[in-house]
Amino acid sequence: MTDRAFAPTLALHLGVIAVLAVLQFVLPDYHHGLLARIMVLAIFAMGYNLLFGYVGLLSLGHAMFFSAGLYGAGLPVFHLGWGVPAAFAAGIAAGGLLALLVGVLVLRTTGVAFMIVTMMFAQAFYLAILYFAPWTKGSEGFVLPQAARAIDIAGARWDLTSPSMRYWTALLLFSAVLALTLYVARSPYGRVLVAIRENEERTRMLGYDTFATKLLAVVLSGAICAASGAAYVLIFGYAGSTLASIQYSILPLLWVLLGGAATTLGPLLGTVFMYYVIDVASGYTTAWLLIVGIVLILLVLFFPRGVLGTIRERWVPWLP
Amino acid sequence: MAAVSPILVTKGLSRSFGGLKAVDDVDFEMAPGEIRALIGPNGAGKTTFVSLVCGRVEPTGGTIIFDGEDVTRLAAHQRVRRGIAYTFQITSVFGNLTAWDNVALAVQRHAGKGPRGARGLREGVQEALLRTGLAGRQGVLAANLAYGHQRLLEVAMGLALKPRLLILDEPTQGLSDGEIDGFVGLVRDIARDATVLLIEHNMDVVMRLADRITVLNAGRILAEGAPDAIRADAEVQQAYLGAPADG
Ligand SMILES: Nc1ncnc2c1ncn2[C@@H]1O[C@H](COP(=O)(O)OP(=O)(O)OP(=O)(O)O)[C@@H](O)[C@H]1O
Ligand SMILES: [Mg+2]
Repeated sequence: MTDRAFAPTLALHLGVIAVLAVLQFVLPDYHHGLLARIMVLAIFAMGYNLLFGYVGLLSLGHAMFFSAGLYGAGLPVFHLGWGVPAAFAAGIAAGGLLALLVGVLVLRTTGVAFMIVTMMFAQAFYLAILYFAPWTKGSEGFVLPQAARAIDIAGARWDLTSPSMRYWTALLLFSAVLALTLYVARSPYGRVLVAIRENEERTRMLGYDTFATKLLAVVLSGAICAASGAAYVLIFGYAGSTLASIQYSILPLLWVLLGGAATTLGPLLGTVFMYYVIDVASGYTTAWLLIVGIVLILLVLFFPRGVLGTIRERWVPWLP
Repeated sequence: MAAVSPILVTKGLSRSFGGLKAVDDVDFEMAPGEIRALIGPNGAGKTTFVSLVCGRVEPTGGTIIFDGEDVTRLAAHQRVRRGIAYTFQITSVFGNLTAWDNVALAVQRHAGKGPRGARGLREGVQEALLRTGLAGRQGVLAANLAYGHQRLLEVAMGLALKPRLLILDEPTQGLSDGEIDGFVGLVRDIARDATVLLIEHNMDVVMRLADRITVLNAGRILAEGAPDAIRADAEVQQAYLGAPADG
């Protein structure tokens, strides 16, 4: 974040995007589909990282923002026959608005109270999804019809049910959000976010309205997580209440912790890693949760700042 | 002094913690451009008094007028924006950020936007680092700076805010003699375009810098006047100067 050369940073990020683009042509079908899903969920992790990594606010309720996007985009398509672009925008708006309302209330608390209050809001949101089961289809969920998951642009058809278009769409959105988080992390606003994490009172005494700054961060974070949820339902065609459960509030925390909090590429790395550990472990044993747990413990012991956080600390200080 | 309107006025300013009156009915005035020293024994209420002025602590009574405006109800960040800056007694820099980023946080709010803002930011940070002699350490994490340099970084952040009133809370604590000489020059320099309120235990620094001195004891103003008069004051001698040196 110092006044440092941007070239290596830019090269690294473009390189990662290029590798993801090339993988699309070399990966076997199964991993191809998995990686598309991982990129969409990495957006969720990046949104979470903005608040947890940069501002230092540990939320246990981000499933509500993800699912606000999921249902905000999915329900209008399912019930009202909306097109993909309008539904995507509605999903993001739903998440941003929810984040604004929740943010105004939860930012009065800090630390453990913040964790508990965010978890309670997310739980209320989850129960609301079950309560409105006639529309949301509750835990069973709903599948979007194939015909609804395509965009017609100037005669051409962008079909989200084709594996390669799914992959490109996921990569496009992932890249956009990666660029956004890189921009925020390097901007003066990002510097204030980190300052709040380090010492909120000092930041206030430099003339910053820290409440307003944090509220904006909650809204940004919520909107990005909602974009992930909206992309998920539109690309993969399914929404169900499991995706709003507590598990989906804890997952982004784990992804970010693994990859490295307050690093731009950590969320991707953590998401990829967790997915493949689970995938490999469940191929060998039914006790795969145990293996996941052991891997997590090992990582926290040897990479307490996550993979990229440790690399930055020890070897590559310019890593954003 | 009576001709110019004061930059800072407090009327009946009070703050109690439980039963303890840390600041007790203080009427205080500063003229623009002066260097005022605020002295007094440990626990006299100096930090509490300036914390009331800058908004870190809420008063239990009284009013604070800054540049003719009643700021008693304003939030701390709003007072900073009006030109009141406070440097912390307990070093309070951002340890995980570089010296450059620490100062940038103070500069960027008024540096503007776009490319011109980016240049203004670089120049502003550079200037503050040069004035405090930290230019060679801009890339060092604040936590890794020597203690004296952390104190100077506090001051650099304070002056980078371009305040109209700069409050320095024991800035020389822990500095070496050489660093203190540099610091005295720096404060004179700052005082050319700001009013300075200096809390200081080092009487040598006080005598070299202050235009006037206010002595606080047990939350009340015990004496106020020119440095020589204060030095001669018997009551002050007893309450403070005569006490064993403590800083
Ligand atoms: N937040 C607080 N809660 C309770 N008591 C406090 C608080 N802050 C200060 N005090 C008390 O108020 C009195 C004045 O403290 P203050 O820090 O203002 O003194 P000071 O003149 O700055 O002293 P020093 O020279 O040691 O810095 C002390 O008795 C202190 O213990
Ligand atoms: Mg004090």
